[in-house]
Amino acid sequence: MALETTRRDEIAAAANQVRIDTIRMVHAAACGHPGGPLGMADFMATLFMEHLNLDASNRHAPDRDRFVLGNGHTCAGYYSLLAQKGLIDRDALLTFRKFGSPLQGHPHRNHDLGIDFSTGSLGNSLSVSLGMALAAKQNGWDTRVYSASSDGESQEGQIWEAATAAAHYGASNLTVMVDFNNVQIDGYMRDVMDVRDLRAKYEAFGWHAVDVDGHDIDAIDAALVAAREETERPSALILETLIGKGVSFMENQPGWHGVAPNDEEAAKALQELGAS
Amino acid sequence: MSAPPDLAPLSAESPPKKVATRNAYGEALLELGATNPDVVVLDADLSGSTKTKAFGKAHPDRFLNMGVAEANMIGVAAGLASQGKVAFASSFAMFATGKAFEQIRQSVCVPDLNVKICATHAGLTVGEDGKSHQMLEDVTLMRVIPNMHVMVPADSVEAKQCIHAAAEINGPVYVRLSRGATPIVFAENYKFQFGKAAMLREGHDLAIICMGVTVSASMQAAELLAQDGIQARVLNMATIKPFDHGAVAAAARDCGAILTAEEHQQNGGLGDAVAQSVVLSHPVPMAMCAMDDSFGQSGTGDELLAHYGLDSNGIAARAKELMQRKAKTAGSV
Repeated sequence: MALETTRRDEIAAAANQVRIDTIRMVHAAACGHPGGPLGMADFMATLFMEHLNLDASNRHAPDRDRFVLGNGHTCAGYYSLLAQKGLIDRDALLTFRKFGSPLQGHPHRNHDLGIDFSTGSLGNSLSVSLGMALAAKQNGWDTRVYSASSDGESQEGQIWEAATAAAHYGASNLTVMVDFNNVQIDGYMRDVMDVRDLRAKYEAFGWHAVDVDGHDIDAIDAALVAAREETERPSALILETLIGKGVSFMENQPGWHGVAPNDEEAAKALQELGAS
Repeated sequence: MSAPPDLAPLSAESPPKKVATRNAYGEALLELGATNPDVVVLDADLSGSTKTKAFGKAHPDRFLNMGVAEANMIGVAAGLASQGKVAFASSFAMFATGKAFEQIRQSVCVPDLNVKICATHAGLTVGEDGKSHQMLEDVTLMRVIPNMHVMVPADSVEAKQCIHAAAEINGPVYVRLSRGATPIVFAENYKFQFGKAAMLREGHDLAIICMGVTVSASMQAAELLAQDGIQARVLNMATIKPFDHGAVAAAARDCGAILTAEEHQQNGGLGDAVAQSVVLSHPVPMAMCAMDDSFGQSGTGDELLAHYGLDSNGIAARAKELMQRKAKTAGSV
């Protein structure tokens, strides 16, 4: 069933808030990774606002849904969504990457904040997510496990070990959302190390895999609904996105993978995003 | 730890019965599986060799063969543990700690999870398979990671208790196990104490601190030394981390010289751990029986232990050299 207009608007607003928070957090930290969270904002907001069964009231429930941010460097956007869902104080967001903050430069497991796993080293996340999914199946829980990944992370061999095992064990409660923005630290992914057709790869590994416009909230929602209805295979959503989406001078620029905006750039970015 | 051993009545059998520590692992897993429904076991296509297969037959719903993919196995174990499982993951020591070191650090030890890495076929005694399979760096790799606990049992009696101790510990554990049958050191009523060195023989001329397959050889070496009038204390350091600094300091004070013995690289292994502890507490002359920055080679386990000076003769010979140094040091003071 398609999203109602008001719901779609709410998700779009949450995504825009992710972008605003990301700029503010990375600017305040004077370091970090703004490009990825801006590109991922639409699918992350759709997941967190419409599908992921996680909020302040159920954070300690053992059988709630789980989320693992494989591309952990994009955690500014993740923290924004946890704040929007009431798990992190909004005031705490500006402590991101600072000494003593629970909002580490890459996520560290913290049940109180709803951070389900420690990540940051690319390649490890899908295996961990599979373990969570298999534990839920062993326990007879309806838990769904969502894992965010990326085209760059798909260069890691361990991803494909996990993909093999997830299909072998029929982990239909596992969904990976792959941010495909064609950008990695050293430049455009297709120049550095082309991972080619990830949908075809996941399909060949035995997954339910689909290409999705990573900025079309309706399409993202429909793909997540289809993943939920899949009963035999794990699901992979290959989400084509634009790094830096929403800030004109950051869009499709590899240089904005891991550089903080200065005062002037942050002000301009926030203006473009309509921040008040 | 001042009292002589009341905890290690030695086997009266001669020659001693030999059982591989990996066999004890398989038996301990069956016992744990029957009593703890949260125990799950993962293997990487070596379940016959690591002895996890019996658990898989008894509890197929709690056994995951992950194929030849050790990094993924450790990650999946971490994910299972994050949801309340007690995850035992096994392969050969070379692959479990070598291929998957980064996953052990990032996905198990950083989030401090209940993953028990029980690796078999460690050390030279893998034998004929040669240097590609003779893991001699695993204790170094594991003991340097924060949150990790490390155990190296001396025989199958101790190994079984180490596995049960691992299940009780809330956090990551590494247990180093062997392929080859090793002499039984302990009587069945031996009580392993996690985190404590066990004094197997009292003596005041020097202390031999050992772990794993070198424990029985060290006991034999102590017998040889006794024939020459040298009374060696033998400390079984089955827990490498946390480290029993008190037992080492007492050995240094009481004996005035320490020899270590391990089927492992000297760099970063038991010898280094003891040396670091002694330097900080009570410096005394030391020597180390260990692999001196080299790889092994094909051969039987006994041939290799003898070649690299890790059998009773090699340990006794090194002990005598150390006694000469101790005497010179005493004379120079």
